[in-house]
Amino acid sequence: MSDIPAQFSEPPRRSSVSKFKWIAIIGIPLTAILFQVYVPRFFTYLAYLEMPLLVTVYFSLMRRSPPAGVLFGMCIGLAQDSLSNHPLGMFGIVKTMVGYFAASVSQRFEANSAVLRLVLAFFFFFFHQFFYWVLARALLGEAISFEPIQTLVLAVLNAAVAVPLFHILDKLKVTE
Amino acid sequence: MDLILNRYRNLTALVAAILVQLVLLAYQVKSNQEVRLIRVWSVSAVTPLARLLESGRSSTVSFFKDYFVLLDVREQNKRLQADLNRIQLENQYLRSELDTSERGRALSVFQEQSRMKTVAARIIGNSPGSNGRVVLIDRGTGSGIQPGMAVITPDGIVGKIVSSYPTASNLLLITDPSFAAGVISQKNRVHGTLKGTGNSSLMVDYVQNEQTVEVGEWFYTAGDDRIFPKGLPAGTVTASGPGRTVKEIFLSPSGLQHGLEDVLVILEGDHKPIPELPVPNQSVHLQPLPPADGDPADGLSATRSSSGAQTDLDREVQHTRRIGEDQKHVFGERGRGAPDFNKIPDNKIPDNRVPDPGARPQAPQASPPSANQPRP
Repeated sequence: MSDIPAQFSEPPRRSSVSKFKWIAIIGIPLTAILFQVYVPRFFTYLAYLEMPLLVTVYFSLMRRSPPAGVLFGMCIGLAQDSLSNHPLGMFGIVKTMVGYFAASVSQRFEANSAVLRLVLAFFFFFFHQFFYWVLARALLGEAISFEPIQTLVLAVLNAAVAVPLFHILDKLKVTE
Repeated sequence: MDLILNRYRNLTALVAAILVQLVLLAYQVKSNQEVRLIRVWSVSAVTPLARLLESGRSSTVSFFKDYFVLLDVREQNKRLQADLNRIQLENQYLRSELDTSERGRALSVFQEQSRMKTVAARIIGNSPGSNGRVVLIDRGTGSGIQPGMAVITPDGIVGKIVSSYPTASNLLLITDPSFAAGVISQKNRVHGTLKGTGNSSLMVDYVQNEQTVEVGEWFYTAGDDRIFPKGLPAGTVTASGPGRTVKEIFLSPSGLQHGLEDVLVILEGDHKPIPELPVPNQSVHLQPLPPADGDPADGLSATRSSSGAQTDLDREVQHTRRIGEDQKHVFGERGRGAPDFNKIPDNKIPDNRVPDPGARPQAPQASPPSANQPRP
């Protein structure tokens, strides 16, 4: 086993793990949260964009590490919760799961494909909205409605935004 | 255990994270209390950025708004400036017209009220080489103006004609040093000679030091110079004091106080007595003449009415004449007596009274034949 070359000793996908500067890791989620908090005040039609979710998916896909995805999702979700008026943990739990599954998916597939990104963003948005609705009903007892068609449409829109957004965020990767 | 945790490291991390958050959630729901610390952190992290964003946004918006507003303001300013210039010109023109109208009206009123025969003239220029003490008026010999005639305004004397031409005349102003006119003071009846000083003031010469002249006292023309009729205001005393030989008295000319554009040239003077106090030229408000009966117009229109009835007496005369005409009576003829004044003329409404449309027509009264009526 010791004769195996080093480039074959570790999984090939580990070599494509993207790294970011700390300022980007902190700044991008903060900007995403800020976008969701601030921009819909003036552009109400942009309220459908779930920027923190897209950033969570992106970082989880790029890090290819479920624990990192969990951490990203939890931090971004809790930050989003803390700026909302409902108890802390709702977005945190949902985004934790999104981060975990996104990172798990990235371990199986190459996440640099635009089509995969589109599909994943669509899927995770729908999952996020659905799971949030489940949690809100189950844990908080809130009788909020869930409209699948509208959610699907919004998922498409978010996916459409996610592809160029991820492309822009790719520029912030640290090249070794 | 360690093997299990290492084998299911990812899942363990997920479960741990979810459990922590579930506990957090449960704590909040059960205790109905917030986890304030996390919210404070998040808000503290987001607020400066939000403030920065808001500041940038408002600055940008205000910049563009101001920019576009200023663009509009610039155009608006140009338009307003043009409007202002035009309105100022119109205002000047209207003021000029109003002044002219008021002066003309004042002159007209003065002409009507005065028994003097005057002709109105307008200053059309200064005579060259005379330092502005001689001016040119637009009336000349064609209007009956001759040298030596007095020129006045309703406020006082202005000067005298020194030369006249067919269409214009030279007017020597009272401020010219060569001008002289006999004057008398209103209060103490002090006689003197009014002279120009070359500037805006006048002086009264040949008044003895023993005579009393008070500051503010009015001087009127005395009429002894045979140019100015007696009783026209000349000016008020601004300074009075004893001189070396005669008293030094300075006047402010009343005729030049409101500018000099329209004047009256006295063709035939009329001497008036020196008015008693109070001063004659203080402004007195005169109500317009009362309107004629049944005529809602003002007194001026009543004055201008074609009937010529200005007073109740005039109207009574007209009424009497109509009765006479209706009865074919000739006033003044001997032996015809007087008409029947109780008989109202058939087709004429006396005193412009409006007949009542609802009133029944009265049958003609059978009046007894008057002794004064002519018998057939």
